[in-house]
Amino acid sequence: MTDKIKKAARHTNQNEGLIFEKSSPGKRAFELPPLDVADADPAKALGSSYRRDGVEGFPEVSEIEVIRHFTRLSTWNYAIDLGMYPLGSCTMKYNPRVNEFVARLDGIATEHPYQPQELSQGCLKILRLLEQCLLEITGMDSITLQPAAGAQGEMTGLLLIRAYHEKSGNPRKKVLIPDSAHGTNPATAVIAGYEVENIKSESHGQIDVDKLRDLVTPDVAALMITNPSTLGIFEERIPEIAEILHSKGALLYMDGANMNALTGITRPGDLGVDVMHLNLHKTFSTPHGGGGPGAGPVAMKKILEPFRPVPILVEKEVGRLALEQIRPDSIGRVKAFSGNFGVLVRALAYILAYGPGVRQATEDAVLNANYIRKHLEGVFDLPYSLPSMHEVVFSDALQKKNGVNTMDIAKRLIDYGFHPYTTAFPLIVPGALMIEPTESESREECDLFIDAMRSIAREAATNPELVKTAPHSTRVRRLDEVGAARKPVLRWKSPVSRTEAADQPENRLSVRSE
Amino acid sequence: MAYPANYRYTKEHEWVDVKGDIAAIGITDYAQHELGDVVFVELPKAGSKIEAGKTFGTVESVKAVSDIYAPASGEVIEANGDLQNTPEKINTDPHVAGWLIKVRLANPAEISGLMDTAAYEAYIASQSKEASA
Amino acid sequence: MRYLPKSPAERQEMLAAIGEKSIDDLFSSIPDRYRLRKSLNLPGPLSETEIIDFFKARAAENSGGYTSFLGAGVYNHLRSVVTDAMIQRGEFLTSYTPYQAEITQGTLQAIFEFQTLMCQLTGQEVANASMYDGSTATTEAVLMAERLTGRRRILVARSVHPEYRDVLKTYAKNSGLHVEEIGHATNGTLDQRALQAALKDDVAALVVQSPNFFGVIESLAPLADTAHSSGALLVVAITEGVSLGLVRPPTEADIVAMEAQSFGLAPSYGGPFAGVIASRDKFVRQMPGRLAGQTTDSEGRRGFVLTLATREQHIRREKATSNICTNQALCALAATVHLTLLGKEGLREMAHQNLSKAQFALAELEKIPGIRRAFEAPFFNEFTIELPRSVKLVNAYLLREKIIGPFVLGTAYPELTKHALVCVTETTARTEIERFAAVLRRVLEQPV
Repeated sequence: MTDKIKKAARHTNQNEGLIFEKSSPGKRAFELPPLDVADADPAKALGSSYRRDGVEGFPEVSEIEVIRHFTRLSTWNYAIDLGMYPLGSCTMKYNPRVNEFVARLDGIATEHPYQPQELSQGCLKILRLLEQCLLEITGMDSITLQPAAGAQGEMTGLLLIRAYHEKSGNPRKKVLIPDSAHGTNPATAVIAGYEVENIKSESHGQIDVDKLRDLVTPDVAALMITNPSTLGIFEERIPEIAEILHSKGALLYMDGANMNALTGITRPGDLGVDVMHLNLHKTFSTPHGGGGPGAGPVAMKKILEPFRPVPILVEKEVGRLALEQIRPDSIGRVKAFSGNFGVLVRALAYILAYGPGVRQATEDAVLNANYIRKHLEGVFDLPYSLPSMHEVVFSDALQKKNGVNTMDIAKRLIDYGFHPYTTAFPLIVPGALMIEPTESESREECDLFIDAMRSIAREAATNPELVKTAPHSTRVRRLDEVGAARKPVLRWKSPVSRTEAADQPENRLSVRSE
Repeated sequence: MAYPANYRYTKEHEWVDVKGDIAAIGITDYAQHELGDVVFVELPKAGSKIEAGKTFGTVESVKAVSDIYAPASGEVIEANGDLQNTPEKINTDPHVAGWLIKVRLANPAEISGLMDTAAYEAYIASQSKEASA
Repeated sequence: MRYLPKSPAERQEMLAAIGEKSIDDLFSSIPDRYRLRKSLNLPGPLSETEIIDFFKARAAENSGGYTSFLGAGVYNHLRSVVTDAMIQRGEFLTSYTPYQAEITQGTLQAIFEFQTLMCQLTGQEVANASMYDGSTATTEAVLMAERLTGRRRILVARSVHPEYRDVLKTYAKNSGLHVEEIGHATNGTLDQRALQAALKDDVAALVVQSPNFFGVIESLAPLADTAHSSGALLVVAITEGVSLGLVRPPTEADIVAMEAQSFGLAPSYGGPFAGVIASRDKFVRQMPGRLAGQTTDSEGRRGFVLTLATREQHIRREKATSNICTNQALCALAATVHLTLLGKEGLREMAHQNLSKAQFALAELEKIPGIRRAFEAPFFNEFTIELPRSVKLVNAYLLREKIIGPFVLGTAYPELTKHALVCVTETTARTEIERFAAVLRRVLEQPV
């Protein structure tokens, strides 16, 4: 097995238990400077609210144990810093380190959102410049930086749409969503108070524009489109789609998760999109950090500007910026304070690094995806043959014949030193392999990936068991997800807890289980 | 696994076992196979009413949650308490020990509209053909 | 460009391998009319040094050199350098959501530890792996209560953070929830008579914050009893988690929505922070957000996986408990490292210093003629004072002395015209507290 695997090799790594298992009373890791005022008497100050015994079960360890604990844990993770993530629609690109540095500067990391605005002009200038850059990139008229992530951006976008329709007297009832959409789309539409109507993609995986005409009734508030689609294919008829919607008074929402294929090449605003969100943790390089934080700014056309969430960034006089809290038609606030500022700083640093040259990143991303597609066509089934942009979707149809499915192939890819691609999404491709290399991958890394995938395809044909029982080289083998869901264990419990019994309230509220 | 001869079946892969005006309801072997290992079940309490064609609960696996549709209307007499601790019975014995609820039928005639064993077996055969086409 | 690992020659070779002549040809599916013919008008490109200079220049235009007495939902606390040393490791920083458990056990175990710490802090049975922040966590907790009870009326204490209430209103408008506010009693806690009057059996939840926005610690047991007697759930929001080092955890709550910013996250002009929802085991299937669960692998080793994922958007889609996908994982990790560093005694000591300094500050301020404590109920590290004149004007004066004064409560509570919310933490030096008091005394001695 190992002579075929060039990217990774086995390596001894450290075991590490839970931090609570290393805990022992009396150990300290961080000491505070001495108190410079008189000691308060907490029993007197807090009365019956006093927590006499401190937090039960809280760890007590030394500094070196903390360092070893988390360092060891970190060595069990795959990361972009180690190699490629071919995850479709995630855009796992390099997270530039200068972004981390500037986000931590004194005067950037230290600012309180309620400090006087005259002492926050630096922060406000950062927000203003980022707004301007994102408007230039998207071709839209107005923007909010408040949403904390893509899903929250989607919600904000739909609330803007609702407010717009309500202002005309009729909020309308439905949102049309393609069956290829990311799960956050329908989940969000429901939270925004709309019914979801799923629309079937046509034979090329695109939106069926001819059928669309009939589907857009006066009840339809909007269509949520992802462009390029989750198949990585550009929706060529998007201007027509926009026109159909607009003619019926409906709006076009674009999920901007795939902006990495469009930045510097075309602009959603020019294509007829009315409102869209961006994922700064995808296209704009802010780190995933194991699942977040991100940011999901929402850019919109003028017609939606009055409804933007507060606070709104305005220029009062030349060179003086302010955040305004009152806007009569605003949908309100979607998050406390003004957004994930630290993430916004990182995104701006990324844009400044590229400047107008950001187009080249898009070109390299599309080049990498097509290079990989070319070398795996024929090895894996390609269900939709239209040109790919920044990602390509194969299926496991050829390998299924030997009982090997996309999940198995993905797990075997781990043995070759890569993170799996996106499995089983989009839903319209059964057994999907969704691959997006991003521009951060060198030719060498792409070639290693192609070699690995070809090798696995051969294994699927000649030694399917090897693939079906993968991964073989990881710290843990496949984990029992069924057991985890049947009998969830979601926290560590100290072996003996005398307060546990005492803390159970007598009267538990009985609620329905549905 | 064989499909019991005296049961009736729905297009949503539920089975019904009628004795007088009491019906036991569950999901079929085909359904449990599609779902994968069951981890959790949500069922209505005794005394609640179910309505033909509407959902009355869910069966959850690691990768999906399936709504269960009432094949007929009636009042729930009992929900299978075993499933709380051993939901896997739905996988190992979907047609007997994995029963979900027992219902007093409001209109026993509704059952005659459901598929019999032969019809159901033909139905799932055509579904499988479609899937692998 | 330094982030692009390709030479011009390699690009040409790759194009040739695909059989295309130019990069432009790869974009042929985009109609000509919509292809940009010139470059975007963006600032840059900047070298690494220039980027740093740009942000340093912005930093210099902010509040450097000022002492602040602001809290109001964002708190200055000590942070160890060890926290950044850990979260800056590339294997944490640049790792993806742990859907592939075999190669993300580091993230998953850390999440499991976070969930445990949150349960220990709040006295609840289960906690999730984070929500965006305290404001959205509170809103999601309310939506959870709605799902659990099937009811649509929500009672919220007015002493819950104003921005948290704003966020709740935005979400409630579109979910058919009806939100009503309950005022405060003279001692600063929730007005229990108003609560009794408003409570009927159509209320899904009572939402309170403790310590509340006035700094006051609520007495939760009677509120829980009252809410439960009508079949409503008690949701408790916590904006200052350090209080839990000395203040009883809200075990009476059915759902706790906590902001974890106080646990090692820099103020960073309002974000990114991390919200947490903690609740009872029996409510776990209605809880939004990711959950890491313990399990074993095929060879019997302990490991961790994301679990109960069928609640989430990527499976349940329109029936999901929430639309949340990306959360605040790295922030939660920072909180985990921070709390591990502090440990049991460190957190207690930090809380003790907060309490002591706040008591000291109040005593100093009460010596000033015209200043009085507004609310008698116990407080932790924030308290409300009433001044004899406009807080805004007083703050303008303080600013000239390089002091960022307390939060002007009148902006959020029009009836509290001369009230200010003072926050003091372990980072506020005694000398600065004394200086603040001295300047304040001087301001108030001046004629109006």
